[in-house]
Amino acid sequence: MGWLPAPVAELLDAALVADLTVVGRDGGPVTHPLIPLYDGERIYMTSSVLFSRKLEHIKRHPRVAVAITDPTALTHPLPGRATIQGTAAIVEDDPHSTWERVLPLWRAKEPVIDRFLGQRFALPLFFERAIIAITPLRCLYWADGDTSRAPSESRPEAAEAA
Amino acid sequence: MRLEDALRKLNEYPFASIAWVDDDGFPLGAAADFEVDAANGRVLLRRPAGEALAVPADREVSLIAGHIRPQPGIGYDERRYVELWGRVLSDGDRFVFTPQRAWGWDEAEMPFFEYSERTTPQARRYFEELTDEQGRPMRPRLALGWLLLRATRLPFLSATFVPVLLGIAIAARDGAFDPLTALLTVIAAAAVHLALNVANDVFDDLLGADPLNVNPTPYSGGSRVIQYGLLSRRQMAAMSAFLYVLAGAIGLGLVVYTRSLELLTIGIVGIALSVAYTAPPLKLVYRGLGEIDVALGFGPVMLLGAYVVQTGHVSLAALVASLPVAILVALILYVNEIPDRSADAAAGKRTLVVRLSSAAVIRVYLAAALGAFVLIVAGVAAGLLPLPTLLALVALPLAFRVYRGLETFYTSPYGLMSVMATNIRLHLVVGGLLLAGYMVAIAAAAAGLRLLG
Repeated sequence: MGWLPAPVAELLDAALVADLTVVGRDGGPVTHPLIPLYDGERIYMTSSVLFSRKLEHIKRHPRVAVAITDPTALTHPLPGRATIQGTAAIVEDDPHSTWERVLPLWRAKEPVIDRFLGQRFALPLFFERAIIAITPLRCLYWADGDTSRAPSESRPEAAEAA
Repeated sequence: MRLEDALRKLNEYPFASIAWVDDDGFPLGAAADFEVDAANGRVLLRRPAGEALAVPADREVSLIAGHIRPQPGIGYDERRYVELWGRVLSDGDRFVFTPQRAWGWDEAEMPFFEYSERTTPQARRYFEELTDEQGRPMRPRLALGWLLLRATRLPFLSATFVPVLLGIAIAARDGAFDPLTALLTVIAAAAVHLALNVANDVFDDLLGADPLNVNPTPYSGGSRVIQYGLLSRRQMAAMSAFLYVLAGAIGLGLVVYTRSLELLTIGIVGIALSVAYTAPPLKLVYRGLGEIDVALGFGPVMLLGAYVVQTGHVSLAALVASLPVAILVALILYVNEIPDRSADAAAGKRTLVVRLSSAAVIRVYLAAALGAFVLIVAGVAAGLLPLPTLLALVALPLAFRVYRGLETFYTSPYGLMSVMATNIRLHLVVGGLLLAGYMVAIAAAAAGLRLLG
C-alpha cells in the first residue's frame, strides 16, 4: 500500500485538479492542470493524445511533481496543500482503451464524463488517451495551507520505518 | 500569449504556484501569494518557507495560476489557467519574478472544441511516434458503425429522402407507384448523396479547406475522419468510388427497366453535379456555385428522377414541387458555410458566404426562405400543387427563428449550432408537410373529395 500521509491522501481524493509539473525539452518546468486519481498507492492522471506533449516530456525525463494548491478546487473543503515528487510511467499500449482502467476513479470526480463517453464518436481523439502513473517518492505537506511556513516532509523509507 | 495579457490575466487569480527543477532533477513547487507589478512587467512573490523550497535564481522558474468552478454531481467548468516562465531575484522576504514568455487557455475565450481542433496535429504526431516506438501501426479508432456514420455523414440523408419520397408521392397521385423501383430509387439516391459527402471530404482535405478549419461543428467542417487519422484519404476515395458505382449500377438498371431517356439524362446530370461539386476542374463549391449545384441536385434532379422512375416522363407539377425543396436544401449548405467561412476563404473556397458581407448573407437567407414558401402558395394558386400542401406554411416560424439566430450568433460557431439544426429541421419539416399534403390529396381523391384531391 501507499506511504503518503493520510491528510495528503485525503487531499488527493478530494482534488478536482492538481498541477502536474514535468521537465520540458529545454530543462525547465512545464505545468499542466489535470485531475489527480489516487488508488492508495500511485497517483494516476490521464492525457488525451490531443494534449500529448507532456507525455513526450515525461518519456524523456520521468521525474515529475504533483501539487495540490487550489483550496477551492476540491470536492469538499480541506485546509491543506501538498507537493508530491515522484517518477512517472506512461501507459499507452492501446490509447483507445487502456485508460479505461482508471475510469472508475475519474467518474467519481467528474460524473459527466460518462455522458461524453457515450458520444465518443463526436470526440474521437479526446478519448484516445494515455495513463500517467506516478510513484510518489517525496511529499511536502502544509497542514494549514500556509506556504510561508515550512512544510512537513515525508519519504517512503521514513514512512516504512515508522 | 503576450506578456502584458498574461500579467493582466494573472492579476485576476487569488494565488499562483511557483515551480522549478531542483538539483536532483525533480520539479518542485509551492503555492505563493503574489502581487503583479504590471508597469514594470514583473511579479512580486512571497517566499515559500523552508530549506527544501529555496527557489533557485540560476535557472528558469514557472508561475502558474488556474481556476475551475466545481459543479457537484457533474464535475467542473470555467476552466482557465495562465503560465509564465522567467527568472527570480531575491528581494528580502520576497522574490521578484520577471517573466519572459507565457501561455494560457481560457475556455470562455477559446471553446474546448476549438482548442481540441487546434491540437489535432499534435495527436497525429503522437500516433506516428507511437507507431515507431511500438513497431506496429497505431492509430485512433472508432467502432465500425460509428465510423461509417461519421465518415458518410449519414444523418444528412434527410436531404435525399425529402425530394425522392416527394417525387414518388407525386407519381402515386398521378396513378403510378411501383414499390420495388421506388425502393431502388431511394437506395441509388442515398448512395449518390453519401458518395458526394465522402468525395467532398477527400477534396476538401486535398485542397486544404478542412485541415485549416478549427471551428468544425456537427453540421459543418466535414466529417474530420481524415484529419483525425481515423481513415486515410485513399480509403475515403475508395468508399466514395464504391458508392458512386453502386448508385450508377442501380441507376442503369432503372433506365433499362423504364426505357426512359429522361431518366438517363437526369441520372447523368445528377452524378455530374455530384462530382463537380468539389472535384477539380469545376470545383463548383469553391466558386460560389455550390448552392446552385446542391439546389439542382437535391431538388429537381432527385425529385424528377424519382418521379420519372415511376411514370416514365417528367411533369411541370413535379418540377414546381421540387423548387421550394431545392431552395431550402441550398439554404442548409448556405447556413452551414457560415462557421467555415474563415477556413474556406483561406483555402480559396469562395462560397457565397465568403463573397458576401454578413448583413447580405442574412438578408439573402430571409429572402430565399420566404421565396420557398411563396412558391408553394403560387404552386397551389396555379393548380399545380394540391391544396393540402399549404400545410407546409406551418413551418414558416422556423425560417424566422433561423433568421434571428443568424443575427445573434453569426460570429459564434458554437452558438450557430442550434441555428444550423433549426435550419435543417426547416427543410425536413417543409418536405414532410409537403409529403403529408400529397398523402392527404391521394386519400381525398380516393374518397372522391375533388377539392382536396
